[in-house]
Amino acid sequence: MTELNIVQSINRTLRDAMRADPDVLLLGEDIGVNGGVFRATDGLIKEFGAERVIDTPLSETGIIGTAIGMALYGLKPVAEIQFLDFIYPAFDQIVSELAKFRYRSGGQYPAHVVIRSPYGGGIKGGLYHSQSTEAYFCHTAGIKVVVPSTPADARGLLLSAIDDADPVLFLEPKRIYRSLTGEVPEGADRIPFGRARVVREGTDVSVFAYGAMVPPSLEAAESLAKADISSEVVDLRTLVPLDEAAVIESVEKTGRAVIVHEAARFCGFGAELAALLAEKALYSLKAPVSRVTGFDTPFPYALENVYLPNPERIAHAARTAVRAS
Amino acid sequence: MVEPSSRAHASPSLGAGSFPEAGLIDAYRLMVLARVTDERCLMLQRQGRIGFYAPLMGQEAAQVGASRALAPEDWVFPAYRELAVALARGVSLRAIFDQLLGNSEDAIKGRQMPNHFGFRDINFVVASSPIGTQITQAVGAAMAAQRRHDPIVTIAFFGDGATSSNDFHAGLNFAGVFRTPTIFFCQNNQWAISMPRERQTRSATLAEKGAAYGIPGVVVDGNDVAAVYEAVRDARARAIAGEGPTMIEAEVYRFGPHSTSDDPKRYRSDQEVSVAKERDPIAHLRNQLLAAGKWNEEMERSLWEEVRARVTQTFEAAEKANPLDPKTIFDDVFATVIPRLAEERAEYDALVREGVLKP
Repeated sequence: MTELNIVQSINRTLRDAMRADPDVLLLGEDIGVNGGVFRATDGLIKEFGAERVIDTPLSETGIIGTAIGMALYGLKPVAEIQFLDFIYPAFDQIVSELAKFRYRSGGQYPAHVVIRSPYGGGIKGGLYHSQSTEAYFCHTAGIKVVVPSTPADARGLLLSAIDDADPVLFLEPKRIYRSLTGEVPEGADRIPFGRARVVREGTDVSVFAYGAMVPPSLEAAESLAKADISSEVVDLRTLVPLDEAAVIESVEKTGRAVIVHEAARFCGFGAELAALLAEKALYSLKAPVSRVTGFDTPFPYALENVYLPNPERIAHAARTAVRAS
Repeated sequence: MVEPSSRAHASPSLGAGSFPEAGLIDAYRLMVLARVTDERCLMLQRQGRIGFYAPLMGQEAAQVGASRALAPEDWVFPAYRELAVALARGVSLRAIFDQLLGNSEDAIKGRQMPNHFGFRDINFVVASSPIGTQITQAVGAAMAAQRRHDPIVTIAFFGDGATSSNDFHAGLNFAGVFRTPTIFFCQNNQWAISMPRERQTRSATLAEKGAAYGIPGVVVDGNDVAAVYEAVRDARARAIAGEGPTMIEAEVYRFGPHSTSDDPKRYRSDQEVSVAKERDPIAHLRNQLLAAGKWNEEMERSLWEEVRARVTQTFEAAEKANPLDPKTIFDDVFATVIPRLAEERAEYDALVREGVLKP
């Protein structure tokens, strides 16, 4: 066990995966000599050389298109998209190509690419360095979507992503890249996809969150506890595949659900969770499901703290749910 | 499935030199097979026996010439008009028809429209509809081959319209920077659905676009199978020698519609088409063979008869194959079925069991 922050954990995990398997290679913008704009790949070019830590021209479609070609050929590319906000030039390659290769070839051509990308707000990044647009990808059949919230989960989930036989979008909560440290195991233990983690047990209300929204949800739970409201915080960890059983089980226990994400509300991932509860846990609900999310505006620069869900909004939603019944 | 690494040290199927004499008749047969298949498929679509078709007629020499310069170990990244490439690499006509029909024998399990086939056993990557996306992928596969030290090339097939796409520019740029063993094979058939070549770019040629990326560009007469063969052979030799990618523009003409979904009379004149047909690649090669005394009228008649009969028989046999099992709709989304899909499959089964849906 070593005490690491999330970005250090990712760095070390990439290093270990590359040491273990010569087919694993990295490509992206500024990831080699510069070590990545967030230093997630710092030092890796020194150990593995420019052939395995590839600084690419500035073209996201080039990065993902070539990564797909490498994967078809049998390598295990881990591509970095510098900010999730910049992924759209590669949207065609991800949605039309990567996610569909296995299916459209009748299973002949699986394409296993891991796409790492920092996402989310809270770093004064404005419109184009802050967005949380996981829902676009969750809506696309054929790609898995993973969002760790701790240094240990970052390792276990990234190892699973690199091992997986299918494409994985690995979203890194950049707001808590360095603010949060934790014990990280050194071995090769994977965290399987599709298993949520109950971060805090409770009986009155379930709070569902992922990535950078887990810490404010826990903070809200602390303040709720002072008012004798017992909240259960569930970190979804993987959005596709989703641990539906964990979501349902928690609501069956508490009867109330607050869904938290920083993405805009309309058609956001929370809508899927709310629909799931309506379909499979309606009779357990004692109060309407509520969503604490970013507003349905573009991501603002100066007012980002108005936009982002915070412990106060989360706690308020939980109190409202508890008072409703 | 052969792992790429086990194909190291493979040698090309053909050595240097111009198109092997003995291969010309074989090339001619392939081109006739592609032409007859095209004509038949256009008819089958009108009869409602297949849903869609994108003919290649006019591009047979370009496709067969390019294919004959490649080694079996090379990787082909096709667009959706590369029937003659697939046939030249040894795909059976039956496998093509199974794909056009989307029946239970289809290698891609009915997942895509006609012409979007793919065959792993001949390194013919499955095509898609978005234009140009295969170009960056071909470059990535070439980067992987470099990493594995496999002496192979990758070749991307695309049309004139694709030279306007994002991935064309990204792909050539990456190939130039990383000096990949890639051949960019553009069949300039003059029309991107209704848009003529001069509306795609102000460049004098498409081949010269390579220059911006430090890649040599070559224009070749795509109606001449030997000329195309030589251009691709040279590009392949350069790539294998570590000298990097080549951009080839094969000038051809799309005799048919873009697909069975459009009517070319709306955007081009019959006059233009008949002028282009005077340079029919099949007639061109036939005349060469006749002049060389290697072909005669009797051989000609019996070849077309034989090919037409074969096409008829093969299609009729493919039509008799079983339809796809509806439950295969849930396969191959992921390597293993995720819970959500398992649930949807169970939901479908229940609807069938309850008689809501027919099995």
